[in-house]
Amino acid sequence: MLHYLLSRLLRAAVSIIMVVTFVFVVLRMSGDPAMVIMGADAPPEAIDAFRKAWGLDQPLWIQYFSFFEAIFSGELGRSMRDGRDVLSVVLERVPSTLALTVPAFLVNLVVGVPAGVYAALHRNSLIDRCVMVMAVTGFAVPSFILAMLLVLIFSVNLGWLPSAGQDSWLNAILPIATMGFGGAALLARFTRSAMLEVLGQPYIRTASAKGLPWSAVVWRHALQNAAIPTITIIGFMLGGLVAGAVVVESVFSWPGVGRLLVISVANRDLGVVQAIVLMIAITMVAANMIVDVLYGLVDPRMHGQARPARR
Amino acid sequence: MAFVEIQNLSVAFGRSPALRGINLAVERGEAVGLVGESGCGKSITWLAALGLLPSLATVRGSVRIDGTEILGAPKARLEPVRGGRIAMIFQDPAASLNPVHRIGRQIGEALGLHRGMTGERAKAEVIRLMDQVGIPDAKNRINAYPHELSGGQNQRVMIAMALAGQPELLVADEPTTALDVTIQAQILDLLTTLRRDTGMALVLISHDLGVVSETCSRIAVMYAGRIVEEAPSGQIFTHPNHPYTRGLMGALPPLSGARHRLVAIPGSVPEAAQMPQGCAFAPRCSAATGRCTEVDPVPLPLTQDHSAACIHARPYAQAGQPLHHHAATTRERAMQ
Repeated sequence: MLHYLLSRLLRAAVSIIMVVTFVFVVLRMSGDPAMVIMGADAPPEAIDAFRKAWGLDQPLWIQYFSFFEAIFSGELGRSMRDGRDVLSVVLERVPSTLALTVPAFLVNLVVGVPAGVYAALHRNSLIDRCVMVMAVTGFAVPSFILAMLLVLIFSVNLGWLPSAGQDSWLNAILPIATMGFGGAALLARFTRSAMLEVLGQPYIRTASAKGLPWSAVVWRHALQNAAIPTITIIGFMLGGLVAGAVVVESVFSWPGVGRLLVISVANRDLGVVQAIVLMIAITMVAANMIVDVLYGLVDPRMHGQARPARR
Repeated sequence: MAFVEIQNLSVAFGRSPALRGINLAVERGEAVGLVGESGCGKSITWLAALGLLPSLATVRGSVRIDGTEILGAPKARLEPVRGGRIAMIFQDPAASLNPVHRIGRQIGEALGLHRGMTGERAKAEVIRLMDQVGIPDAKNRINAYPHELSGGQNQRVMIAMALAGQPELLVADEPTTALDVTIQAQILDLLTTLRRDTGMALVLISHDLGVVSETCSRIAVMYAGRIVEEAPSGQIFTHPNHPYTRGLMGALPPLSGARHRLVAIPGSVPEAAQMPQGCAFAPRCSAATGRCTEVDPVPLPLTQDHSAACIHARPYAQAGQPLHHHAATTRERAMQ
């Protein structure tokens, strides 16, 4: 298990290095930063001075390493809009985002997984069909349409809930509902098919043939096996906790990271965009890492320590 | 009274019949072989008997254990039978064991269910069972996962799990099909030894007439959802009466005598939804006559313990026994 963990950790580190390299390359390829920032008609001396100040006159490999050094010491540059450190600009938005994504994630789990399991166990029943219709709807309707629909119903027509801003916890309900429904639909679909797959396996028949009551067959033998593919999807959702709210935050004018990203892209605030991209990449890698660890806990075949027990 | 008595068992999936009236009795301690091509209903017979078929299957008929009906019985009556009185092992042992549970736990589960054993007592019994089925180093292997064992070892685990409930009958559904030939013999030997030691009955399901004849004293040959011939192993070989049985034998390589080309049965098993008129085997049968496509033959006795479902089969005299008159007369009556 330790060996397994270390190998996953190493893989995560390599992934992050690759992402950082990618960001470095993309930034260099998208044009000379000095020209972009100073403007094409700036005097050559000013551009040279800018290059010197930012180390752009150094050989590429030195730039590459100082880029790394800067990133790992948390120096991601300054926002071009207000000159503040981009890291603090981004980080101060994180709690707002998490206030939406964490409850939405919990809704996904608490609604999606049981709905999927129930639908699979009662295949072709009325409830199964209802769950599947909801799941397909949630999957097919883009979140901004659902968001606007909810605003139309609950804010405009009924006047129960506010449609934008961050004045009270009431403001969070519609965004959380939007994200919760979409994610729960996705998860229900995956959980259902994972369960159906497992329920058709010979070892389920073995467990029944052994004399286990059906409830024990499901609890002890089916759920843990069905968890393996479901964890993958949950991992993606976990990785999206920081980044996943781009659309919904924009619709509801929620001041989170997602909305900051949209605004920064519009304003060409490269430092902020770069910081957010890196942060998203790191959370994705971390989520994958967590998924790998969970795999190891749930599925003994993943340990990779093939003991030579064969004869 | 036989231990298990299956009467007129039929199974259909929607409009496709999978079993078309099976009659089979298994005595205590007896070893019965069930032979036929894949899809002929060998496994379905026993899955249906234990209520293990998916709910979309329509099951009719009667399955009695010691006279108690279990077909369609409530769960409370069925669950103690499964694994406790009739245990079943399957074709692909690696897939038949739960990949995420240790084998010791999977065997121990049956102990808890049928013998109320838990904790250290159960653990000791698991180790004893694993020893009994020939898994070396049972003390350590108890913590292994199925993927850490070979196919043969996994089948031994399945057998140990089946033995855990001290069943009166073990149904082995193609237990060696997925295994190497050398391992096959070991598993069959193990089953024979266990039967001798425990006195449990054995139903060996196989497509291989050779495998079954070595292990079982009585053989039932199935074709397209029916038992077409049933006899003691010896008699099946000396007096095969159903053309399908003869066909299966033609496909067995002889151990002695001149080598000859093996004979394959032409054609293939009819689709369940499109059973031919008359005898289901007639389209593939070299001895078929016009009447075969009209009359659907039922199994009729040829001797005291030999029956065949073929209108051309005739009663015969056995060494030391006169022609089975009762058989002859019931035949005549039934044919009319």
